[in-house]
Formats: sequence, C-alpha cells, structure tokens
Amino acid sequence: MTATAADPAAGTGHAPAPAIDAAGVTVRYGDVLALEDVALTVAPGRICGLLGTNGSGKSTLFSALIGLIRPARGRVLLHGRTPDRARKAGLVAYVPQSEQIDDAFPVRVRDVVMMGRYGHMGPTRRPRRADREAVAEALDRTGLTDLAHRRIGALSGGQRKRAFVARGIAQGARVFLLDEPFAGVDKGSEGTIIDVMRRMRDDGRTLLVSTHDLAGVGDFCDEAVLLQRRVLARGAPREVLTPQRLAEAFGMGRPDPAEEA
Amino acid sequence: MEPLNAVVEWFTLPLQFDFMWRAMLVSVVAGAVCAVLSCWMTLIGWSLMGDAVSHAVLPGVVLSYLLGLPFAVGALVFGAGSVALIGVVNRTSRVKEDAVIGTVFTALFAVGVLLVSKIPSQTDLMHILFGNVLGVSDGDIAQVLAMGAVVLAVVLIKHRDLTLFAFDRVHAHAIGLSPRRLETLLLGLLAVTVVVALQAVGIILVVAMVIVPGATAYLLTDRFERMLVIAVAVSVTASVLGTYLSFHLDAATGGAVVAVQACAFALAYLFAPAHGVIARRLRERAASRPAAPDPAGR
Repeated sequence: MTATAADPAAGTGHAPAPAIDAAGVTVRYGDVLALEDVALTVAPGRICGLLGTNGSGKSTLFSALIGLIRPARGRVLLHGRTPDRARKAGLVAYVPQSEQIDDAFPVRVRDVVMMGRYGHMGPTRRPRRADREAVAEALDRTGLTDLAHRRIGALSGGQRKRAFVARGIAQGARVFLLDEPFAGVDKGSEGTIIDVMRRMRDDGRTLLVSTHDLAGVGDFCDEAVLLQRRVLARGAPREVLTPQRLAEAFGMGRPDPAEEA
Repeated sequence: MEPLNAVVEWFTLPLQFDFMWRAMLVSVVAGAVCAVLSCWMTLIGWSLMGDAVSHAVLPGVVLSYLLGLPFAVGALVFGAGSVALIGVVNRTSRVKEDAVIGTVFTALFAVGVLLVSKIPSQTDLMHILFGNVLGVSDGDIAQVLAMGAVVLAVVLIKHRDLTLFAFDRVHAHAIGLSPRRLETLLLGLLAVTVVVALQAVGIILVVAMVIVPGATAYLLTDRFERMLVIAVAVSVTASVLGTYLSFHLDAATGGAVVAVQACAFALAYLFAPAHGVIARRLRERAASRPAAPDPAGR
C-alpha cells in the first residue's frame, strides 16, 4: 500500500499524544444524565469499538468528541488538541448514521466526497487540482470510483457509508467517528467496510466505531469500550465481551444461551 | 393567420405601455432571485420559515409607509428581526421550533394589522398586502435591482457552503465551519429575497415565490445544478405569463404569477418523468404485472 496523501496533522515533536483522550466527561440533557465520568483513551492507528444499547450515550459521546455539545464536566483532546482546534485543523471526520442523511438530496457521490475538502479551500470552495486529486484517491481507496457520478441516495447502505468514509479520507482526517456503520448494511457490504477500515488503520488513522451489533467486534476491533452512560469496561475485545458484562450493558432479561450459570 | 395574429398581439400589445415594461422587469428579477433561494428552502424544509419572514415584515412596511421611508428599510429590519427573535425564543424555551415560528410571525403580523388601520387609504393597504407591480416607482425598481443583485452575488460566492449546510450540518461543524453562521447567512438572504418579491406579489403571496419554483424543480431532476436552472426557468416564465395575464384579465398581478407557478407545479407533480405521480403508478403497475415472456429467454 502506498502512503496516504499529505498528513495535515502537524507532528507534536516528542511522545505522540493519544488520538482520542477523554477524561471525566459528564453530559446532562436537562435532568437526564447522558454520560457520567466517561474516560476513553485510544492510541493512534487503532480501531476501537464503542459498544452499548440504543440510548447508552454512544451518540452523545461522539457529539462531545467533535464539540457539538460541551460536557458539563471533563475534557476531550484529539491528538492533544481541543475539539475546536482539532476541527479547524481538519483532524476529525464524522460518518453519520443512515437516517441522518436525506436520501433524496440531489448531490452526487463525488460532490459529497469533495465536501471533505472544504476546510482546505478558499471562501468560495472552488476545487483546485489538489482537491480533485484527493477526491479521486479517496474514491479509489473506498472502491467507489465507478459510482462517483451516482446520486448519494442511489447507493446501497454500505456504499453510502464508504462514501462518507471517503469524504473523511479526502479531508485528511486522522480520527474517524463512525456512528453505527453496519446498521442497514448487508453482510457482504459489512465485509467491504471492515476492509476499508483496516486499511485506514494501517495508514495510522484512528477509528472509533459505535455499534450495538456485537458479532464482528472481536474480529475487527483492536480494543473495545462498553458504555452504559458510564464506561462499564474497556480493553481488548475478549476482556470486554464477557457474558457478565454484556448482561450488565445489554440488560439482564435477555436470554443468552452462551451464558454459564 | 388570424389566430396567430391574435397570439402575437396578446404578447405585443401590452408592451406599448411603459408601466408593463417596468412591471415585467420587477416580476422577472423577483422571480429569478426567489427561484434561486427556493432550491435551498425546499431541500432544507424551510417553507414555514419563508411564510414567517414574509408575514413578519408587514409592520415594517407599514411603518416605512407612514414615515415616508423606502419600503425596504422597514421590511428588512422586521424580516431580520423576526428571524433573530425566532432563534432566541427557540433556544431559550422548551417550545418546539414550529410553534415558536408560528407564534412570532403571527404576533408581528398582528402588529402590522393594527398599524394598517392607521393608513388612510384602502388602496395603499391593498398594494402592501397584494403587491402593486403595475404601479412601481423608479425608487422601488432601484431597490429591487440592488437587493436582487446582492442576493445573487452572495449566493454565487457561497452556494457550495449553503448546499453543505442543507445536506449535512454536522459535517460542516466537524470541518471547523460554523453551521450557525451559515444558517444566519441563509436566513438573511431569505429576508432580503422576501423584500425583493414584496413589490411583485405582495406580502401574502411572497412565500409561494420562495417555495414553489424549488419544489417544482425538485420533482423534475436529481441534480442540484439542474434544479437551480429549472427553478429559475419556471419562475421567470410564471412571472412573464402572470404579468400578461393580469394585464389582459385586469386582475391582480401577484395572484396571476403565483397561479401560473401553481400550474407548473401541478404539471410536474402529475407528469414528471421520474418522480411524477403518473410515472410512478405506471412503474408500480409494470412491476406488479406478471413478467411478460422475454425474447432473451431470461
């Protein structure tokens, strides 16, 4: 594999800072405590699974990481920078859930990927040669070159995910937040997405992947975090995905044949 | 040749009058500017916002009239003010956004209605509410042209950011842009555009001008660039035909322009090749029918 396009993240000199470094993050929505004292550290070049039920705070944690919401307490650093600075430097990419995107919106795949370049462009966002090349490379790396002229809504669920990943690659992001990338995606596409994710990790990018589907986690994640408003467990997938912990996170009522009494 | 002559005359006769040229100019400029903005309004789903801003300018227009100021001054103050007020109440109360919009714009419209009773002439009231494009002054034309040019210039520079905002504002945030600032920009453009169209069709019908062309174009294409072109074409055609109709029927121009737009929408709704009702029915029927014998034998 050839090296990726120019790395926008300036080297920090001495010991590399963690790609994602959150400590004591507490978020409240009115009276509801959405996250409580959440700590999360992911080193560069790792894939970390963020596991939890719907409503466990995964999306809230993503919002805190990209600075969409300010935690009541705690701090977030991405490659040693505050979310604001990390965003301005183009370090972080967010891959949205399918239902957050308007299927019928009249943009083509290439336009969407080009949106990753806007932070690098002048005020009118007129693409230059470097931008077009970055887009072409990102499309190539995600296997979407032939679909570049399709409308985004005309793609399958899995292809659409790859288009948003390509947008982050064109952007030159170092930290990727993928929100339920396997929801509404068939098995074959899931494998393609995982391949793309692995290659990105091998480039030294960092991926935080939220999912409530546990089947493949041990397979493609280097580490995992089990979230249920607070962090129940973190570490290697094998250590996190114990029956007892899963029961705690996903509810006791669920019959689980694998569980030893 | 008799009918052909009649048609030619239908189009040429009104142009002997200077006021028709002026009306045509204002209608066409307003139509084009509104159509451009309507594409983003349709995609974001801001028709209620368009309705709100257009009604909320009433007190501003009436005050301008009473104080002898250019109509655009009061309209812009109240248009921008209503947007700001909606934003503040939305952020600082638990009431849902559509209820906030409904409350703020009707409140401002009510203030306008109260002020209107201070206007001595009923004719002027009718002109404010329903437009008076057949009687625009040089000053009105200058205001329309200036504001229209500003809107088009800003859109030309910022159209990619506006589309990004409409499509995925979380991504805009994630790459360090400010969705809030883009939203403010688009609302500001909406306020100015509404004021541009005020002269052409009046306060009550302005909202149609900033929604219907975009909605019609959205039925006809899946490409944003084409959507812009189609929306402008539909809107300008409606402005021209509507102005002629109002001359020949001796009827309100605003009503005629918007009625033509509505006809265009209805045609697109029914007959659009991919997204029209009829095309979809035919496709569904073809799909549900047992497959006809295929010569290829598949």
